[in-house]
Amino acid sequence: MQELEVRLKQIPMPELLVEERLRTFNDVPLGYTEEQALAEAARCLQCENPLCVDVCPLHIDVPGFIRLIRLGAFREAAERVREKSCLPAVCGSVCPQEVLCMMGCKNTLGDPINIGALERFVAEWELERGTSILKIPQPTGKNVAVVGSGPAGLSVATELTKMGHHVVIFEALHEAGGVLTYGIPAFRLQKKVVKQEIDYIRKLGVEIRTNVIIGKTLTLDELFEEGFDSVFLGTGAGLPKLLGIPGENLCGVYSLNEFLIRINLMRAHGFPHKSITPIKVRGRVAILGARGLDAARCALRLGAEEASIFYQRKVVGRADEIRRGMEEGVKFQSLTKPLRLIGDGKGWVKQVELTRLELDPQGKIAKPKLIPKKGSEFLYDAETVVIATEHVPNTIATGNSSKNIKITEKQGTIFVDPETLEATQGIFAGGDVVSGAASVIKAIEAGKRAAQSINKYLMKKY
Amino acid sequence: MENEILFKEKLAPDVKLIKVESPLIAKKAKSGQFIILRADEDSERIPLTIIDCDHKEGTITLVFKEVGASTKKLGTLEVKDRIHDLVGPLGNPSEIKFCGKVCVIGRGVAIAAAYERAKKLKETGNDVTTIISARTADLLIYKEDLKKISDRFYTVTDDGSEGVKGYANDVLKKLLDSGERFDLVYTVGAATLMRTVSEVTKPYNIKTIVSLNSLMVDGTGMCGCCRVTVGGKPMFTCVDGPEFDAHLVDFEEFRARIHMYDQEEKFALEHTEGKCKCKS
Repeated sequence: MQELEVRLKQIPMPELLVEERLRTFNDVPLGYTEEQALAEAARCLQCENPLCVDVCPLHIDVPGFIRLIRLGAFREAAERVREKSCLPAVCGSVCPQEVLCMMGCKNTLGDPINIGALERFVAEWELERGTSILKIPQPTGKNVAVVGSGPAGLSVATELTKMGHHVVIFEALHEAGGVLTYGIPAFRLQKKVVKQEIDYIRKLGVEIRTNVIIGKTLTLDELFEEGFDSVFLGTGAGLPKLLGIPGENLCGVYSLNEFLIRINLMRAHGFPHKSITPIKVRGRVAILGARGLDAARCALRLGAEEASIFYQRKVVGRADEIRRGMEEGVKFQSLTKPLRLIGDGKGWVKQVELTRLELDPQGKIAKPKLIPKKGSEFLYDAETVVIATEHVPNTIATGNSSKNIKITEKQGTIFVDPETLEATQGIFAGGDVVSGAASVIKAIEAGKRAAQSINKYLMKKY
Repeated sequence: MENEILFKEKLAPDVKLIKVESPLIAKKAKSGQFIILRADEDSERIPLTIIDCDHKEGTITLVFKEVGASTKKLGTLEVKDRIHDLVGPLGNPSEIKFCGKVCVIGRGVAIAAAYERAKKLKETGNDVTTIISARTADLLIYKEDLKKISDRFYTVTDDGSEGVKGYANDVLKKLLDSGERFDLVYTVGAATLMRTVSEVTKPYNIKTIVSLNSLMVDGTGMCGCCRVTVGGKPMFTCVDGPEFDAHLVDFEEFRARIHMYDQEEKFALEHTEGKCKCKS
């Protein structure tokens, strides 16, 4: 009986104690030990028709790599994951497994297998001991330029390199990784892991050139003139959308991107010892918008007295991260909407005025609409405000170009053929720049799909 | 080698000029554009206007004043050293064309940018009046070069150590009050200078362009650190500017935002100079 009970329960992921978390930006989930990984792997039913594989956008051979863990063949397990995913340690940490592979897990009697934790275990096991390098086929002589070194760009570059094409990634910032580097805080994804994964991709033969802005330093036309046969646009969704309410330009008001870039890319949490890029977090911090969970958790680590997220329906984030945020003291204020930001008369933000929302009684039941609740306006004192609403694609890359790339007016996303991801002849696009802000794994999937089309395009040309 | 400093010159106390190898940027850079650089791995990303570029040589020229920790670190780099990161050209190129009579006004380290503009405007056939101002005489850079290319040339110092004692806007106002007319005024420098010049030209309805030196991080529209209200609309200096119609800029907000980190700046400087009380 006792054994059965053990098999029903997931091996809990060891985590940093809450009191310790708020003093560092270190990883909160600590990762499985070998014993824990073996015990969790032993719970897998090894289904014949595994739904977990079907649900995974990359179709990672989940039962296969778990079987290899059981055998203690950790390197082989990591290689099995790597066959389908170029960023296994990243996916293991940031993928919303609870709505993907773990939802497909048929271990219906008990908890689903913690597939993410196992994936992360094997990937980090391999990264620590050195990855074995795949054999790359004979060079095809074809050159592909990839714009943006985020998940989509890294994915398409890895796949094309494995096919024998020469790939150069152009990155606008001084560090590669896109959202993995500037967007996701270290307590969710250690920067060392991102670096190691990118180093592996470099070792495969992918060239990454930082500090080059396509559309400014070089244009798309010039990439073709310089001998690239095809271009992939993986520029993500990096432009912040502001709220359009009064007071947004007051000092102390940040866009989510600025707040996270200062911390993640510029290491402002190390100011002034390890970085001279400052960030101002004082008193109470108001985070306006559903994408504010990371910012709220950063603010608490930077000494905020209180961090409240004000949003309408649902906070964006993995279930585990929302739980961790709650444990750390993030306040969640649903059904609210900011009306204006109030200054202190010296140019600094002092308060936020918000209204509560309620269901529109006249609205259709099938389409519940939220409307401001009359007389429910309230003030929240805040010395720092982060605006964490939507992000839309940056159109710099397609600027100054003669290429006929169609862009949606409202969202700035690129129109592509849904099958081939081709935007115009020889130019492909994928990830958030096509879909609007989505997930890391979907961007990796798009990169893989684009690689297939680019390969076809390259091999049939000439 | 890319990003290598090929030439360095001290223009005034704390004001330095460097010529940096960067063939890609040099090939593209146009008047009014800027670059972002990081002197070393711990430094901030700072925007600097491109003062000159040589397509053949593949170099760009930058002028900066050592005020904060990051610019001080940049100042310690010598010829043959490499700048850690350099990216550009950023921002929109400005339209340089014949307008007739123009007035170019610069202050302090930004006189370098004013010189670039005055030179280009002169080359396109304009009649150029230049007013340069600074706190004191030795901060008036590019004096001889400007004298050569300007049709009329005025120097102004706060302390009266050279030229007119007072401020550039007063000189401009006197010129306008005495019947002088300009088709375009271009001004670059401290927030107060740009605001006061703008206030002088507004009643005369003279088209006035300012080049804003907002704080920035990425410089590509990602962060919005450089946002400014222009004509009641939110704009990003990095992608919508850096040049705007002065009469539409909310200078009060602009000034507050560029001083947002003054306290931290001081702290960082004390720290890098080893004068702070913290232990590390």
